[in-house]
Amino acid sequence: MEALAKIVAKATEAAVDPADAKNQAAAASAGYAYGLAAIGPGIGIGYLVGKAVEAMARQPEAAGMVRTTMFLGIAFTEALALIGFVVFILLKFA
Amino acid sequence: MIALEFPPINAILRWQDVAPSFNKIAIIAVLATIIGCTIFAMAARADARKAPRGARNLAETSVEFIENGVIMQTMGRDGLGWTPFLLTLFLFIYLCNVPGIIPFFQMPATARMAIPGALALMVWVVYNGAGIKHQGFGGYFKSVLFPPGVPKALYVLVTPIEFISAIIVRPFSLAVRLFANMLAGHILLVTFALLSESLFQAKDKILIPFGVLPMFMLIFLTGFEVLVAFLQAYIFTILTAVYIGGAVHPEH
Repeated sequence: MEALAKIVAKATEAAVDPADAKNQAAAASAGYAYGLAAIGPGIGIGYLVGKAVEAMARQPEAAGMVRTTMFLGIAFTEALALIGFVVFILLKFA
Repeated sequence: MIALEFPPINAILRWQDVAPSFNKIAIIAVLATIIGCTIFAMAARADARKAPRGARNLAETSVEFIENGVIMQTMGRDGLGWTPFLLTLFLFIYLCNVPGIIPFFQMPATARMAIPGALALMVWVVYNGAGIKHQGFGGYFKSVLFPPGVPKALYVLVTPIEFISAIIVRPFSLAVRLFANMLAGHILLVTFALLSESLFQAKDKILIPFGVLPMFMLIFLTGFEVLVAFLQAYIFTILTAVYIGGAVHPEH
């Protein structure tokens, strides 16, 4: 009987607090959330700026318009990564 | 090894109230308003016949920047009437962003959701209001929800997408973009400052010289934040101009 009580005590000691386990899982997935969210926008912004530079080099007189449109495109593309970052913050801290 | 303890999020984003519900963020927002107003009040009092100097030079440059860099690029000549609104928006956001790198303040006021959220809500009301005023209620929503040049059968798909993107997602993404950019910058600066501090105070003497590395990164990121503060204010303003332009002049 005493041995059984010892085993039970060991088991309860080893078991993690569910809230703690949830926090750990959230912290681990927070990294994945941001990392995955950054892939698409990374490719997108690289492609976008590369094309914009190409356009500016071909037609320097249109550089102002291309630059404005480029910033607009970056803003839209980047929003996805930023939403991923917000998810990261929510998972990590909230 | 070093014991690096990242502080809880409230420690780096919440500040003690100076007065009831008036904290550092509110101080920065009020200061941004006062500084912006002061610059333009000083500029208005300066002698207009002489070559612009000081505050007037700054004010004229920023007006010119909004007119040529934002409005002419997105709305064309008709949109010049929107200069005061967009200039106020730009200046306020910029002056709220910049304290993120000013010593002693060290906190962009736009890194809390309240200010970007309120600004995005205001922009939402303004561009929808402008669209309704110029095209009428039915005309505006017809041009938003039923864009011309789409086959009739596709409206089943297009209309819900357009509704979500133009009415719901726009203000949300406008606010989140500004908020998340400034928050990310702030957290990055905090991280590298903490890292170099804990390396400089490490128990192992061998680790102390390595504290220079995150410090260089901190300096580099501070420079980067100067750029981000300007760029985010610019992007917020230019997107507002695009939305207003789109609402006032529908595509045909």
